Amino acid sequence: MSKNTCSRSKFKPLTRRNFLKGTAASAATLAIPVNTSDASVWQAFFQKHFQEMSKAEMAEVIKRLEKNYGEKYKTSFNIKTSTALPDTLFGYGLDLSRCIGCRRCVYACVRENNQSRDPQIHYISVLEFEKGHKWVSDLEEADKYYYPHEVPEDGHFYMPVQCQQCENPPCVKVCPTRATWKEPDGIVVVDYNWCIGCRYCMAACPYGARRFNWGEPQIAREEINPETHYLGNRPRYKGVVEKCTFCIQRVRGNPGRYPACVEICPVGARKFGNLLDPKSEIRYLIENKRVFRLKEDLNTAPKFYYFFAT
Amino acid sequence: MYPIKNFFIVLKQVTVGSKFYYAWLAFLGLLIFIGAASYGIQLQKGLIVSAMRDQVSWGFYISNFTFLVGLAAAAVLLVVPAYIYNFKPIKEIVLFGELLAVAAITMCIMFVVIDMGRIDRLWHVIPFVGKMNFPASLLAWDIIVLNGYLAINLLISFYALYQMAHNREYSLQIIKPLIILSIPWAVSIHTVTAFLFNGLSARPFWNASILAPRFLASAFCSGPAVMMLIFQIIRKVSKIEIDNKAIFKIAELVAYAMGINLFLLAAEFFKEFYSGSIHLAPMKYLYFGLHGHNALVPWMWTAMLFNITAFFLFLRPRTRENLLTLNIACVLIIIGVYIEKGMGLSIPGFVPGTLGEIYEYVPTFVEKAVTVGVWATGALIYTLLLKFAIPIYTGELRFYTRETEM
Amino acid sequence: MRKVDKFLIPLCLGTGIFILAAGSVARGDDIPQYFVPPPPFSEGIFPCSDCHADMEANPERRELEDEHVEISGMFNHASEQRWCLDCHNEDDRDKLRLANGDLVSFEESYNLCGQCHGTIFRDWKAGIHGKRTGAWNGKKQYRLCVHCHNPHSPKFKPIKPLPPPDNPLEIQYKKLSDEDIPRNPLGNIQ
Repeated sequence: MSKNTCSRSKFKPLTRRNFLKGTAASAATLAIPVNTSDASVWQAFFQKHFQEMSKAEMAEVIKRLEKNYGEKYKTSFNIKTSTALPDTLFGYGLDLSRCIGCRRCVYACVRENNQSRDPQIHYISVLEFEKGHKWVSDLEEADKYYYPHEVPEDGHFYMPVQCQQCENPPCVKVCPTRATWKEPDGIVVVDYNWCIGCRYCMAACPYGARRFNWGEPQIAREEINPETHYLGNRPRYKGVVEKCTFCIQRVRGNPGRYPACVEICPVGARKFGNLLDPKSEIRYLIENKRVFRLKEDLNTAPKFYYFFAT
Repeated sequence: MYPIKNFFIVLKQVTVGSKFYYAWLAFLGLLIFIGAASYGIQLQKGLIVSAMRDQVSWGFYISNFTFLVGLAAAAVLLVVPAYIYNFKPIKEIVLFGELLAVAAITMCIMFVVIDMGRIDRLWHVIPFVGKMNFPASLLAWDIIVLNGYLAINLLISFYALYQMAHNREYSLQIIKPLIILSIPWAVSIHTVTAFLFNGLSARPFWNASILAPRFLASAFCSGPAVMMLIFQIIRKVSKIEIDNKAIFKIAELVAYAMGINLFLLAAEFFKEFYSGSIHLAPMKYLYFGLHGHNALVPWMWTAMLFNITAFFLFLRPRTRENLLTLNIACVLIIIGVYIEKGMGLSIPGFVPGTLGEIYEYVPTFVEKAVTVGVWATGALIYTLLLKFAIPIYTGELRFYTRETEM
Repeated sequence: MRKVDKFLIPLCLGTGIFILAAGSVARGDDIPQYFVPPPPFSEGIFPCSDCHADMEANPERRELEDEHVEISGMFNHASEQRWCLDCHNEDDRDKLRLANGDLVSFEESYNLCGQCHGTIFRDWKAGIHGKRTGAWNGKKQYRLCVHCHNPHSPKFKPIKPLPPPDNPLEIQYKKLSDEDIPRNPLGNIQ
């Protein structure tokens, strides 16, 4: 029944030639920075956990990172470290009666958050379901790879899934190095310089929301977004985990902008706001619409509310 | 200077051997080289050279890790009857079980480390130096119990060897508390590793309370089976006499363990298939295939067949006490548990994925080569350990001491 | 190009100059006013009085055959019950007319739509229906109903989806030069 599948006939076998080439190259990699005069390699190696840096240390790290990124992408970077706004707890609403599955959100997110274009990383998975079939509790019937000429397809509906920013996040609990944590405004973030890439968080996430940099992330220089946040969309490294941060670089501000996926949605299905503000859009929809949260039986308490406006 | 002299004694002992010994070392060396070169590729290009992807984020490495944690328990099963019930024939050979545990745990640690995306940040998990998430993260627990288990087994075996090499009887006052400690500790490495998977509500296949008991039961099968084969090799290539009685006793214990393991599997089967909830999917994927995807089906039935056959071979005294059928049973049970506790455990946690996606994971050449390399490293470690432990044990090798000079 | 296309494309692409608005401003007659971008008129069609000022109004309900044929061709908005002059004001064509006879400008057309679509109007005012851009805690950009719905044929038209994610098997090691790195298929869509 499911179309949500892949076949494994396309694996390219590793040829002997490539293998030997890799062997030679790897010898070079192993001799890491012992002889380099560039101190920044060692500064990066000994960089402290984000939450343990002093102001001065942080400033130095930001300076080094801005320089490194600037050299790599040939543009000047701005890396913010802005902290959570007071009395703010971010919540998200997604109107399933409106979503047409056009995937604009997927790629607006990629553009804003500097995800690797190759190997490809998407934070948002849009699932297509057949009307009247099983969904929500049995996602096996979902199709993530649908690509018709036009959407919405007759007889189908759509459910985009991304990080649900759980109040009780299983991914944070399992991290062996505290490289991921929940910020006071409810956003679950990753310190890309502290993550060891064990991927335990990916096994723990019930929403398939975390992404791993299986290879060196590659983004064309012309498409890089240099307006970044340390805990958000700054360029990532090979071998670390990343995830949706509600566009932390946009939403942390006064005024704070809507996340990129909210602004791109052509049908206005995506809503965002402060759960602690009784006058916010998100509070209005929770109080006036039928809402549900994905996999509530797991007690993860997501701050991502699916709703039906009609 | 005795330590230096003694070091050279050990060095000579492990570097000088028969043609067969050199051939074996060369063979292992070749495998290690291939593994190291493949790991070099992985370091350079990233884990993208594996078949792991976001859908199946742990694969062959973690599968091998899981199996080896079980193997490392071999020591404990031998220790329990030897020391608690004072069963003499086994007591003599516990040492080799402990050395196997040392090699197995080393391999476990290697598998976890090569599975990491950022090996350069390994220091982040070191307690007090890094920022270990203890006690919340089960992986932090695992780091502690695995290293602790390695330390305990090193301590016991090296202390015993050291004393023997100096012609001294080892003191039970010193070693017994350590051995007593090593029993719950061995149980703990299993339990913690089982809990590592077990605690994830996102993965219904793992999130079953039967997981930890099954881990233990199957470990009590594969570990001793490996030991029984090794004992037979040891007594063939050395002067050590290992009583058949000891081997048959272990075989009997394996029969019970496999009985429990099969019973627990049956309990799991019943629960999943009779209730038929959506959490049946991973089990269905394993044994019957899901939506036409059945990469693991032949493997799982092979494992099932092997385990059941081995169970009966171990159960009947006639086949258990016949070295040919016993060895067949050992091989069957090792393969059976390797499949079941390796890929058969870690992959169905990810298939179907949390969003229902089915990605059929098949390890790449690099993953297989690195894995073989790690196994070869483990075998090398064990070989070298045995090479100087056996003659010490038999009394052929002795260190220089004041007495020997006088 | 048909006028309807010209009418729809800019609103879907979200182009045009927007007036930033800070929520609603209560008006004397208790109908709130929202700051929205100007209505997405087809080129050259407004002000209507340019043509209609000198014309005699024919209030008889009929199908238009000479003028506005593209509208009458696609008209699908309770078309059994209504026709042009149920919403467009007969005397001053630059205004819309509510059921109670009050006139509203095209900039406040939501008041006209809200007469029938009360629950949606309510959601729209609360920020739940329709697209919002700007600041979640500050100035929000609203849109008129007609920015997304063609008033003469309001049902959403299907659009082409962007490509699906790479199959995990397609994700393989590639060392690419800057030019060869795949570009974002979103392009400049805002």
